[in-house]
Amino acid sequence: MKQVVFWGTRGALPTSLTSRDIHEKIVAALVVANGRSFRNRNALEEFVRGLPFAVNGTFGGNSSCVEIVTSGPEHIILDMGSGARPLGQAKIARFGVPNPQTYHIFISHLHWDHLMGFPFFAPMYIPGNRIVIHGCHPRLEEAVRRQMQAPCFPVDYSQAGAQIEFDLMTPDHPHYICGLNVIPTLQLHAGDSYGYRFESVDRTLVYSTDCEHKLEDIEAFERFARFFAGADLVIFDAMYSLAEAASVKSDWGHSSNVIGVELCQAAAARRLALFHHEPVNDDKQLARLLEETRRLEQITRGERPPLEVVSAYDGLILDL
Amino acid sequence: MMNLPTSEQAGVLVVSVNGRIDHAVSEEFTRALEPLLARCTQGQPALLLDFSGVVYISSAGLRVLMMASRQAKAQQGSFAIAALTPLVQEVFTISRFNLIVPCYTSVDAACKVLGR
Repeated sequence: MKQVVFWGTRGALPTSLTSRDIHEKIVAALVVANGRSFRNRNALEEFVRGLPFAVNGTFGGNSSCVEIVTSGPEHIILDMGSGARPLGQAKIARFGVPNPQTYHIFISHLHWDHLMGFPFFAPMYIPGNRIVIHGCHPRLEEAVRRQMQAPCFPVDYSQAGAQIEFDLMTPDHPHYICGLNVIPTLQLHAGDSYGYRFESVDRTLVYSTDCEHKLEDIEAFERFARFFAGADLVIFDAMYSLAEAASVKSDWGHSSNVIGVELCQAAAARRLALFHHEPVNDDKQLARLLEETRRLEQITRGERPPLEVVSAYDGLILDL
Repeated sequence: MMNLPTSEQAGVLVVSVNGRIDHAVSEEFTRALEPLLARCTQGQPALLLDFSGVVYISSAGLRVLMMASRQAKAQQGSFAIAALTPLVQEVFTISRFNLIVPCYTSVDAACKVLGR
């Protein structure tokens, strides 16, 4: 495993910036510029790069879709949220048509925000491509087919040009796929969700989204600490604050930045990526959440090595 | 059993909590609070946890406080925390538990509000 590319990081449903958001970003940038002029484009670009991320960028955007880049020829994708649309376009642009490719897609669960990108995933329409959809839900194929039926979508599933296969995985058992050991595990979420641990010879990645962690369930905490053990990167559902997740949004099936830090610390993981962002949170709030999470890690670190904390955004590429 | 020394100040039952309130001691902390919470009812002294000796609190510890606050409220009693150390205060803020468990800057400040 070489890299992780985030194509969709928003939880629950795709969330676009508004005109008001853009307006505020421009105002914030001009306030920092404070009337200064720039001698050329490079100087202007440098100034923009130096602005806070909440001003010069955005977390996005699309719902859950993450790519694992390996040195092998096959593509590995985690979930088919709306981020699958730009991912599919990027693959077509890079590999062209016809140039048959194989895509391995791991589905955390069958809720719409994790499947909705599949009908817009261009490689599925191209003959010669092979798509293997892996997951643990017995109704995985039914759920994928159903969203491409009238009256939900104008193109029927039968119009897919690619060869599509379904692989029903067994939780807590290693599966050897694309040179990786892949271990799914059951997570607490309405209708069940599954986290995945991907192990190569020298790298480990955990994808754990749409998972609630009950504070009173110490046994489950220890189970997940083992599942995350020694991971180079943990992609973690940090949708709510701890207080929300434990009170008004209890049983909504999501977790928090605080639990992400505690589990990664207990697991001696190297890096935590906050993921599945709450649609209500704007860029300023998400940037604040990241700073707070880094501070929490710092003040609770003790004698442990530092845990690097990042917040995933659409377009982020992380080297493993 | 976790030792929770108590005293009374201005009609408030002040309980001193010390050390680390983490996953390892959260159940013990719950049990130690049980008899105190049982008496935290309408017309009885408010229950105030003096957190000046707490150096760390984890999510499991925060949950104990949330459940205690809920129980006191259901019994129409008064429950609060006071004198959080700066680092513990930060954990409360980051977790947003400062919004769901009543917190006071000092025991004196809390007693002025909760005392009779």
